[in-house]
Amino acid sequence: MNAFAGSIDRPNSYIGRSVSRPNAKRLLEGRGRYVTDLVLPRMLHAAFVRSPYAHGRLVSIDIEEAKALSGVRAVFTGEDLASICAPWTGTLEHFNNMKSPPQVPLPLEKVMWSGQPVVLIVADSRAIAEDAAELVIVDIEELPALADPVEAMSAEAMSQELADNICFATKLDSGGVEEAFDAADTTVGQSFIFGRHTAVTLEPRAIVADYDPSENRLTAHHATQTPYQFQDVYSRHYGIPEANVRVIAPDIGGSFGMKLHVYHEEMAVVGASILLGRPIKYVADRMESFVSDIHARDHRVTGRLALDRDGRITAMDVDDVTAIGAFSSYPRTSAVEGNQVIRLMGAPYDFSSYRANLSVVFQNKVQTSQYRAVGHPIACAVTECLVDAAARELGLDPFEIRERNLIPDNSYPRTSPTGYQFEKLSHQVCLARLKSIMNYDDLLAEQADLRVKGVLRGIGIALFVEITNPSPAFYGVGGARISAQDGAILKLTPSGEVHCSISVTEQGQGTETIIGQIVADQLGIDREKVRVMTGDTDTTPHGGATWACRGAGIGGETALQAARKLKANLLAVAGLILQAQPGELDIRADWIVEAVTGQQRISLAEVARIAFFRSDTLPPETQAQLSVVHHYAPQGYPFAFTNGAQGCLVEVDAETGFVKILKHWVVEDCGRIINPLLVDEQVRGGVVQGLGAAFFEECLYNEDGQLTNGSLADYLVPMACEMPDIEISHVETPTRDTELGAKGCGEAGTAAASAAAMNAVNDALVGHGAVLTQIPMTPTRILRALGTI
Amino acid sequence: MSGKVAISLTVNGETIEALVAPRTTLADFLRQDIQLTGTHTGCEMGVCGACLVLLDDRPVHACLMFAVQADGCAVETIEGLTHRRAIDDLQKVFHERNALQCGFCTPGMLVSAYGILASGGEPDRDGIRDALSGNYCRCTGYEAIVDAIEMTARQRRQHREEEA
Repeated sequence: MNAFAGSIDRPNSYIGRSVSRPNAKRLLEGRGRYVTDLVLPRMLHAAFVRSPYAHGRLVSIDIEEAKALSGVRAVFTGEDLASICAPWTGTLEHFNNMKSPPQVPLPLEKVMWSGQPVVLIVADSRAIAEDAAELVIVDIEELPALADPVEAMSAEAMSQELADNICFATKLDSGGVEEAFDAADTTVGQSFIFGRHTAVTLEPRAIVADYDPSENRLTAHHATQTPYQFQDVYSRHYGIPEANVRVIAPDIGGSFGMKLHVYHEEMAVVGASILLGRPIKYVADRMESFVSDIHARDHRVTGRLALDRDGRITAMDVDDVTAIGAFSSYPRTSAVEGNQVIRLMGAPYDFSSYRANLSVVFQNKVQTSQYRAVGHPIACAVTECLVDAAARELGLDPFEIRERNLIPDNSYPRTSPTGYQFEKLSHQVCLARLKSIMNYDDLLAEQADLRVKGVLRGIGIALFVEITNPSPAFYGVGGARISAQDGAILKLTPSGEVHCSISVTEQGQGTETIIGQIVADQLGIDREKVRVMTGDTDTTPHGGATWACRGAGIGGETALQAARKLKANLLAVAGLILQAQPGELDIRADWIVEAVTGQQRISLAEVARIAFFRSDTLPPETQAQLSVVHHYAPQGYPFAFTNGAQGCLVEVDAETGFVKILKHWVVEDCGRIINPLLVDEQVRGGVVQGLGAAFFEECLYNEDGQLTNGSLADYLVPMACEMPDIEISHVETPTRDTELGAKGCGEAGTAAASAAAMNAVNDALVGHGAVLTQIPMTPTRILRALGTI
Repeated sequence: MSGKVAISLTVNGETIEALVAPRTTLADFLRQDIQLTGTHTGCEMGVCGACLVLLDDRPVHACLMFAVQADGCAVETIEGLTHRRAIDDLQKVFHERNALQCGFCTPGMLVSAYGILASGGEPDRDGIRDALSGNYCRCTGYEAIVDAIEMTARQRRQHREEEA
């Protein structure tokens, strides 16, 4: 396995090389083609009337005046769409006793969150549709809103279909926790609050649904990561044969997990296109995004650690209450994050007694669900803040306490007390590397010098474990029709170039680039001669697409195996032409060569010409196979776990509560690196989303369940001037489950950035009696912790 | 809405005569009426910077202007800057440095960068970061963008020095 390490110097060796993205040039010239840009003949535009209340009963809806407005083509309410759309329920079977109310595109009896779409207007332009929306009169009897998750746990069920407001609850207990805490020399405990935040993709959600009744065919141009999942959803819920549903995901303006969930608006627009037989476009405006895109996090966690006199962790005990909105999202549910929170707790450390309690609770807010680094930042922050608290209690340096507790690099494979199987991680190497690239001792000296002058510098570190390359254990075993496998079609062109269509998708992370690198590398051709195509269910095989850091590890392995298959076919044809054994031939720099000597025999273009146009010159019975299709499903470990370490340096102004982030460091082990340039930028982007959660981003609600900062002027997205330079270093521990050896890297940055930032702020505040255990760490919260206000 | 208004302006050097509704923003006019979809709308309230265009050679938010206000003005978008090769060097360095991912903020970033570098100065990293405060990017974490603008500024200075 992992046969090609160190082969970077041979011709066309692209795996491991920093190369730029061929598909980025059009984006730089304003030639991107986003769904937002799309215009189709006879296309209409959608706008929604939304609930102003977080909870209420629909009394009446008067649409007459809206329907009468010039340019309005249709107005739809709940019954119109429910009559053609099968309801959906966001549960997974492997989460025992999980429940969620059934959902329909537009509500029939009750509104469940402020901003829920209630009426759909379809008009000649978006402006007219919005004018008409103002003419709709929706009479709603307001009901008390459940905005507080802890209150919701014992309150009367807000959904008539359910007995209570608990979506899912589970416990983990490896045993021995009580005994370990009784016997502990030191225990530390803290309560944490992780605010709601949201993805804020620069391109909002967008769809153009185009139903053709003459063929019973639906084409959805949909800004999503997962076209195959939506092909399945639209087919089953609207009763259209799957082969008649085509989902096209062109250029996507950011997703980060947010665009892979089923939304009421998109379902309604598909239904409206079916009812009208015309294309309908819906693009969320930013205000709509804030009240209808999934939010993330919203956890209240209490955690405790028990340690012996040597500072070794002996047990961990946690309780997580997470609030998910009025429904569990579909089809991936809103319980996955909580499940990953309690299973990733303590993951880097060598202890065996663990206990966790998880409560996933409904409330009258927009849904929460999977967003970049699902669950990781919560588990990481709780663990790493508790470890730092223990270090302070024991008078140990943060590096020292971690060195004492890490799972040794030479002790794999390991199973965590929460049931995760780790093939091989590299915590010790990563921690040592982090200390070195941070120049930790110098930072400590500088910190001490500045402290004398009243400057509060803080240094924080955090270790993380990340889930990548998910097998069917993630969704498939729970009954969700979400593929863990991917497929690729490789076609030789008559000029000897290669066209690759593959089921992993591109949102700017560089999927098409790395697939092109792998195909060119494995075939032995120039990467400029490989054209990669993604994001169209009609032209690519069905697959999982891109999420949970599976693009490189699973999509990459699919491309690698497909390329080897095509290469074998091409060498077989070349062997016939050259009257040589295929095993004695190879392809290098677009030529068929003698494998041993490298001597050029015939160009690949000439092989292609003969095979396509002069098959009469090949031996009788020859059927040259010039295209291959190949599928790959991950086998072996259920997930390929990665790991790494992050450091953060901050300066806290105790008078204003403002924090300046001075520098951030990441050491990351994502296995085989295909393109270091792209990996680094994935990590940096991830870190900044984590720092956003740590310092700025929060969806603020009042007690009536109203979002009070739902605009881009009020919700704080990290800006260039607030973000530090981020230094990155890599350790490579390839997975042996694949030839390629790649694991994922897209969520690593987000996983630990907020934890490192919390530890840095708390380090700066040592001696001031303040400990921050809530994010975002706003100036107000810092001043409150300091007792200033 | 009330009747349409006749406007005349140049967009990317071409004269455009059009009838527009008074409420149509410049961003919607560019994107919908004359199909210049390189200008993006991310917030439609002048915060994110995805819609930045040049109005008489200065960056402005196309979402905060009505098309009728651009009557008699010269507008230049990413398509025009590309066509007249005014930002070849920026685009090349952005590409090589991978200073973009999804690309949705990129046209606005490039218009900002054009404005930052227009004075001929060589801003430091903090100066570039400050000047980009009106441009949100959700993918890159900004560092590569700062690197690319810094490198372009340096290249332009070196180029000027060689010519002097």
